[in-house]
Amino acid sequence: MSGTARVRTLPLLAPALGVILVFMVAPMLIAGAYSFLTAGAYGGVRLPVTGEAYVRFLFDRDLDDSLIFDDTYLVIFGRSIALAAATTVLSVLIGLPVAWFMACRDKATRDLLVLAITIPFWTNLLIRTYCWVLILRDQGLVNAALIGTGVTSEPITFLYSNEAILLGLVYSFLPFMVLPIYATLERLDPRLVEAAHDLYAGRWAAFRYVVWPLAKAGVAAGTILVFVPALGAFLAPDLLGGGRKLMIGSLIHLQFTSSRNWPFGAAASMILMAFVLVALVIAARRRAGQVAP
Amino acid sequence: MSGRSKGFDWRATPGLGTLTVLVLVFLYAPLVVLVAYAFNASNLAMVWGGFSLQWFEKALANSDLRRAGWNSITVAVTATVVATMLAVPAAIALERGRAFFGKPAAESLMALPLVVPEIVTAIATLVFFSTIGLRLGIANVAIAHIVFCIPFALLPIRARLRDMPRDVEDAARDLYADWRQVFIRVTLPLLMPGIVAGAMLAFIVSLDDFLITLMVAEAGSTTLPVYLYGMLRLGVTPEANAAATLLLALSVGVVLAAYLVMRRGGKAVH
Repeated sequence: MSGTARVRTLPLLAPALGVILVFMVAPMLIAGAYSFLTAGAYGGVRLPVTGEAYVRFLFDRDLDDSLIFDDTYLVIFGRSIALAAATTVLSVLIGLPVAWFMACRDKATRDLLVLAITIPFWTNLLIRTYCWVLILRDQGLVNAALIGTGVTSEPITFLYSNEAILLGLVYSFLPFMVLPIYATLERLDPRLVEAAHDLYAGRWAAFRYVVWPLAKAGVAAGTILVFVPALGAFLAPDLLGGGRKLMIGSLIHLQFTSSRNWPFGAAASMILMAFVLVALVIAARRRAGQVAP
Repeated sequence: MSGRSKGFDWRATPGLGTLTVLVLVFLYAPLVVLVAYAFNASNLAMVWGGFSLQWFEKALANSDLRRAGWNSITVAVTATVVATMLAVPAAIALERGRAFFGKPAAESLMALPLVVPEIVTAIATLVFFSTIGLRLGIANVAIAHIVFCIPFALLPIRARLRDMPRDVEDAARDLYADWRQVFIRVTLPLLMPGIVAGAMLAFIVSLDDFLITLMVAEAGSTTLPVYLYGMLRLGVTPEANAAATLLLALSVGVVLAAYLVMRRGGKAVH
């Protein structure tokens, strides 16, 4: 009787699913509702229902209540998307060759390399970002070395720039790109590369026609794992951008702390979620498209 | 022709080894810098004043820091235990249960904390607690942690179930064991490495979480990363470096332990 071998699904699933529904889905719906309310004086929200938070993204209200186009927030969103995209591209450019190198090693070396990439993957992000403050700040390691060797007499300000944020983001999320690409390349049958080579394929041709088609799935998975957290990053813009170069994550954080505009922060979160959903849908379509032919 | 074939080793693309070494240096050198500063008796950036534990003594003498450390461990242990207890039945349902309408949706929901940006989870949780007026101090933090720990605990448990042969459980059933006996005597012991690995992953992500705790925690229920962030905001101090090094050691230690458990578990399946 095959029925007994199967377990009843719903009662087992219900507790975990319930926790996620109550403490994750409901909160997100409430945050969505907050984005259409008016800011309370000391944080929180009050009536009336309004679309003001979304209007504020593009317009500033003048004294006579007329709308003036204001690109402050558009610039922050643009910077976030550009930095997240640059982080993703750099991670692929660095991660793909590293993953291929790892996949070409013998079993023991592979395991060791995977562990070496996995440790930073799970290590505290605050500490990893803070390390770059120690290195890049005006009294930091790089400036001390430059002044010590007489290259410069005044410290060069590396922090609080888009480049510093980008460095921090690549540092944070590079392992998220290496590991999924490696996971797909590890399954690659070496005989395929050998066969390509026997058919006079050079290194480039073997990569282009044998390795790349397989690596693509890993790159797609890595792109989601890098792009999404980079887009919503808080620590890199906060510690390395010094709050001067805001990204979406720091903007949202501000609305719930010093700016006390919860509806605007909620609206920014909803717009960020919309970007994430678009990225996920594109990735899902691509995956479906790859299976079809 | 055969000469070309022998001379060309596709496994050894020139330059990739160097690149990989550089990437590893890039990943680890900043951590080494932090640890070196924490043990440096001098608090100047380029002066090595000798090996010293004074900054650690100073950090550990800070009672607020100790309290934050205890909060971190309390929250991580609570979140780990609850999330794992929720993840085990859920994993069994998803791997062994019959397909039902909405199963893909249920699977996506369980993975939700992995795909939603942390800042969005953080403010949504804050807004939720404020709306329903839940103010239980450290319990609020623990609830928030349980949610995002579930998918991490679920991953290795599901992987283990997928690798586990079903015939052992079927054999027990054929020998008239009821479901309770099958679960306790057969499934659970075989599943244990997956459960331990899942619990350790949950523990790591709870211990490392910063952003969600920053938004949810009220004064007195802050965890170590949030307290450390407050220290760093006030300026770079050797004491903060020592505290960061302690958290780093804890975090890396748990990762290594989880790795060893998972490796042993992986071997035991086959």
